[in-house]
Amino acid sequence: MKITFDWLKDHLKTNLKEKNLLEQLTNVGLEVESLQNLSLGKELFKVAKITKIMKHPNADRLKVCDVNVGEKELKKVVCGAVNAVEGLVTVYAPPGAIIPKTNTKLVVAKIRGVTSHGMLCSESELNLSDESDGIIELSSGFEKTIGKSYFSRSKSNLIDLSITPNRPDCLGIRGIARDLAASGFGKLIDLKEKKIKSNIRQILKVKIKKEKNQGCSIFGSCLITNVKNTESPQWLKKKLISIGQKPISAIVDITNYVMFDINRPLHAYDADKIEKGIVVRNAKLGEKFTALDNKNYKLDDGMCVISDHKGVLGLGGIIGGTRSGTELDTKNILLESAYFKPESIRTTAKKLNLDTDAKFRFERGIDPLSIEDGLNKAAILIKEICGGKISKIDIQKIQTYKNKIVKFDLNLLEKISGFKISTKEIFKILENLGFKSKKKKNLFELTVPSWRPDITQDVDIVEELLRIIGYDKIKTIDPIKERKKSTLNRSQKLFHFLQRSVASKGYLEAITWSFTDSNYNDYFRESKKEIKIVNPISSELDVLRSSIFSNLIMYMSKNLDRGFKDLSIYEIGPTFTGSNPGEQNIVVCGLSAGKKSRLSWIEKERDVDVFDVKKDVVQTLIEAGYKSEEFFIDNKSPNYYHPGKSGRLFLKRGTDSVAAYFGEIHPNIIKETGMKTESLVGFEIFLDNLELTKKTLNDQKKKFNVSDYQKSERDFAFVVDKNVYVQDLINAISSIDKSLISNIKVFDVYEGDNIPDNKKSIALSVTVQSLEKTLNDNDLEKINKLIIETVENKTGAKIRS
Amino acid sequence: MSDLKKIKDELLSKLKSKLTLSEINQIKSDLFGKNGLVSSQFKKIGVIAESERKKFASELNIIKDELQDLINSKINEIENSEIREKLQKEKIDITLPERPFVRGKIHPVSQTIDEISSIFSEIGFSVEEGPDVESEYNNFTALNTPDNHPARDMHDTFYLDEKKERLLRTHTSPVQIRTMLKDKPPFKIIAPGRTYRSDSDQTHSPMFHQVEGLHIDKNINMGHLKGCLNYFIKEFFELDKIKMRFRPSHFPFTEPSAEVDIGYEMKDGKIVIGEGDQWLEILGCGMVHPNVLKNVKVDPTKFQGYAFGIGIDRLAMLKYGINDLRAFFDCDYRWLNHFGFDPLDVPTNYRGLSR
Repeated sequence: MKITFDWLKDHLKTNLKEKNLLEQLTNVGLEVESLQNLSLGKELFKVAKITKIMKHPNADRLKVCDVNVGEKELKKVVCGAVNAVEGLVTVYAPPGAIIPKTNTKLVVAKIRGVTSHGMLCSESELNLSDESDGIIELSSGFEKTIGKSYFSRSKSNLIDLSITPNRPDCLGIRGIARDLAASGFGKLIDLKEKKIKSNIRQILKVKIKKEKNQGCSIFGSCLITNVKNTESPQWLKKKLISIGQKPISAIVDITNYVMFDINRPLHAYDADKIEKGIVVRNAKLGEKFTALDNKNYKLDDGMCVISDHKGVLGLGGIIGGTRSGTELDTKNILLESAYFKPESIRTTAKKLNLDTDAKFRFERGIDPLSIEDGLNKAAILIKEICGGKISKIDIQKIQTYKNKIVKFDLNLLEKISGFKISTKEIFKILENLGFKSKKKKNLFELTVPSWRPDITQDVDIVEELLRIIGYDKIKTIDPIKERKKSTLNRSQKLFHFLQRSVASKGYLEAITWSFTDSNYNDYFRESKKEIKIVNPISSELDVLRSSIFSNLIMYMSKNLDRGFKDLSIYEIGPTFTGSNPGEQNIVVCGLSAGKKSRLSWIEKERDVDVFDVKKDVVQTLIEAGYKSEEFFIDNKSPNYYHPGKSGRLFLKRGTDSVAAYFGEIHPNIIKETGMKTESLVGFEIFLDNLELTKKTLNDQKKKFNVSDYQKSERDFAFVVDKNVYVQDLINAISSIDKSLISNIKVFDVYEGDNIPDNKKSIALSVTVQSLEKTLNDNDLEKINKLIIETVENKTGAKIRS
Repeated sequence: MSDLKKIKDELLSKLKSKLTLSEINQIKSDLFGKNGLVSSQFKKIGVIAESERKKFASELNIIKDELQDLINSKINEIENSEIREKLQKEKIDITLPERPFVRGKIHPVSQTIDEISSIFSEIGFSVEEGPDVESEYNNFTALNTPDNHPARDMHDTFYLDEKKERLLRTHTSPVQIRTMLKDKPPFKIIAPGRTYRSDSDQTHSPMFHQVEGLHIDKNINMGHLKGCLNYFIKEFFELDKIKMRFRPSHFPFTEPSAEVDIGYEMKDGKIVIGEGDQWLEILGCGMVHPNVLKNVKVDPTKFQGYAFGIGIDRLAMLKYGINDLRAFFDCDYRWLNHFGFDPLDVPTNYRGLSR
């Protein structure tokens, strides 16, 4: 909502300054968004007179004018306007002036070979009207002011307010003035509005059809006959221009003026174009009409239309139609002032994707009791400016408006705000805002003013009082530092732990969007459901992600293109399995590209590989408190991993839920996404599949029990089938006696010479130590034998001799 | 006894020459080994005449100790000279780079969430969460924003079905609804998380982060709200003094509603939060609307309290001097590395939020 202090002063008597005004507007909840000086730079536009006209040597339609701009020398200006004649007083813009219409700076320029020092302006170029045929013709009265600025200097700035959707009353200047006055910023001027005095009947019949969901409940109108539509007078033009509006014609300008002044939208019809009276009814499915925006609309069942016997004239409260619009030659006007229901307006406008000033106001709720005020104000102005005769006001209604009553307990203010004010002050504020009050026992019955559709219950009254008194009066109560419940639950603690644990392994944390490109998503979706966004911002962000990999791969690729080669990134966040709330999982997803120790003088460089990510996954899980002895790993993994170089990890053998996948990314995906890297490996840890221990970290720790007896390390080399897992050998050995086998290390895996083709050799070092005694040679020999026997029996391995 | 003397003299003469560690060890075992010269003398103790035995044994022990001391000090001498020689030879260029390491970083938004949680933890808030996909009811209707309410226009919503029943939450406020439906009052929670609006330009991202706050109890009024936010803002920006302004606003789910501005000034093109004379809007809040409480079966005549919503990304930008919101989600390695935090920098109450 754009206002000026000057216009506010039509309704508000105050001696305060604009600076105070801005502060006070914000204090009462009318946030000042911006402040703009519209007259800045406008002093450059001068009243000037064409003294001589010559033909342009190179162009038939152009003229070269000598212009008197009040200086000694005449200015040479090239002009193409037909109405540019010798002796015309008009408006001159010098080089350096900014033309309002195009917002461009004028420069000295050659036009078809002739230098033009400035420009003669049309009204449209100055945003004064839509008139672009020819330059401005000023009356001879202006001859006295040649050389003076055409625009009078306005000290009033354009103030742009952000009006919250609950305050339709402040979409009119008077509503804003009322709030300011209530808060002590001046006094609201009592407008003794004139009323139409007429004994002519309104002869156009108006009928509101009583239909289900009728969107219009009151329709007021009056006829004004024999008008002469014209340009608006200066005061009106200036008013509209001051808030950034463009004057059009007196009748349109007057309806706009009334709308901005008291938030009462009106519509003017050319009465001669209405066939046999007005019917307000629901549209029929498929009915069509052409609106004033020159677009054709196909209407739906139940949209509220204003029609005559020929068809639709306009969409009530939203936009009029071309068939009955007023023009400069309009003689007889029907002025409409109606009440349309907000829900009906909103539904219709949304379906047709239409946004107008009237719609914006009606959907927020217009004062139903302002119908006559609006008609009186506009009709009398039209008569003053355009002449004609006004009929009596005709009001049709299918519902009678009743003011809302709110019961208000004075204690509520203190209960909500924490402070008290006197009953006297409370009532003064409410009265100034337009409430009427009546005491009933301990409660007050407040009659809500008709312009406040937002106020429905007692807390609304509290807000009214508080914002007028000022939120700064609310006392600050310091919080008590006391915690009764733990801040994070176990799963949140795990989330934060995993987040930092992965980062500590050299990964940069990324946060990417929860949506992604369906083409990328498909690489990682497998058989999961695709979750489409109905209205994505772009086709590259059209689905919710099924895996975090799609985004990480995309961004990894971008970073590689930036010239980085060795990079690890990860994200912890949601992936989606369905379009219902809760059908999502938290995943920690990491991606690592390139080499380790590239170009190091001391370390041997190598590609990142699957055992790097395996380490990251296993270490992270161990750090998070899971027991590595119980981990079970196999080689089954989703199809976006390299089938031979990837795996999955379960926290325990025999459980169903996968704790993590890890491996090389499938070479096809690298190829298809055009990534350039030596190696690309990744992992996914599924937080929701990690069992949350009930025990605290302290409870998890077993009794401290170590052995100081001598330990013995013994190496074994087994030859096994290639497809036997090392994990099976380790499990076999550790199953022998957990209290004796304290450590098993794999120190060599060998295939090749001396080993049969389908076999491999695995060398293990086993540490044996007893908690009870030093083992003697005999004990050790027994265990060694048992190790060999068990491994051979369980895995088909043979000890290498 | 002359045997012993002989042994000693021989040893002394041997020790005079330059010996290696293995040579001296050889000498040691020649003397003290199982059949060494000294060891064999000890064997004699049993066979010599009883009258001389005591004297012999005592002299033998003395000479044995003497010999051992001589050898040990020689060993010591050799070791020391070996170390000296080693130190003479071993010299590296210590300015050569250390072995390679990589450093991970925590995203500034995650760090900021941890900071926020840490601050609110101190005054008794616990963390709640809700799903990113929400029902139209939880996101709007239950929050006193029925269909056809103009306030819905302020939220450009991503929908997941044509009927517009499933959507990506436009704010974290539906967590209020979920929390209150799940439990009984009092409630004292914050809910950080991802939020979505179909809006994308320089200053808007289709995804951003918010933290919701909710405190419902028997006598919680706007003074508590002011105190809570005042405390939070000061703690978060780690400033003793900060100018704050509450001004009336409107949200359908709070009544009265307020927006909060903090003071700032521009210094060398950078925003400095604190006591400047410019105002910067940072959050919206208010007393939870009785209609919302009724929707979640909480009796508004018995319970009342406040709620607030803060843009996390914006807070991070202000605190850490980040200019471009879009860069948060662009995943540029250089940006992540520059603005990211070391994973060991966990914000806590006792160590402080940041170093």
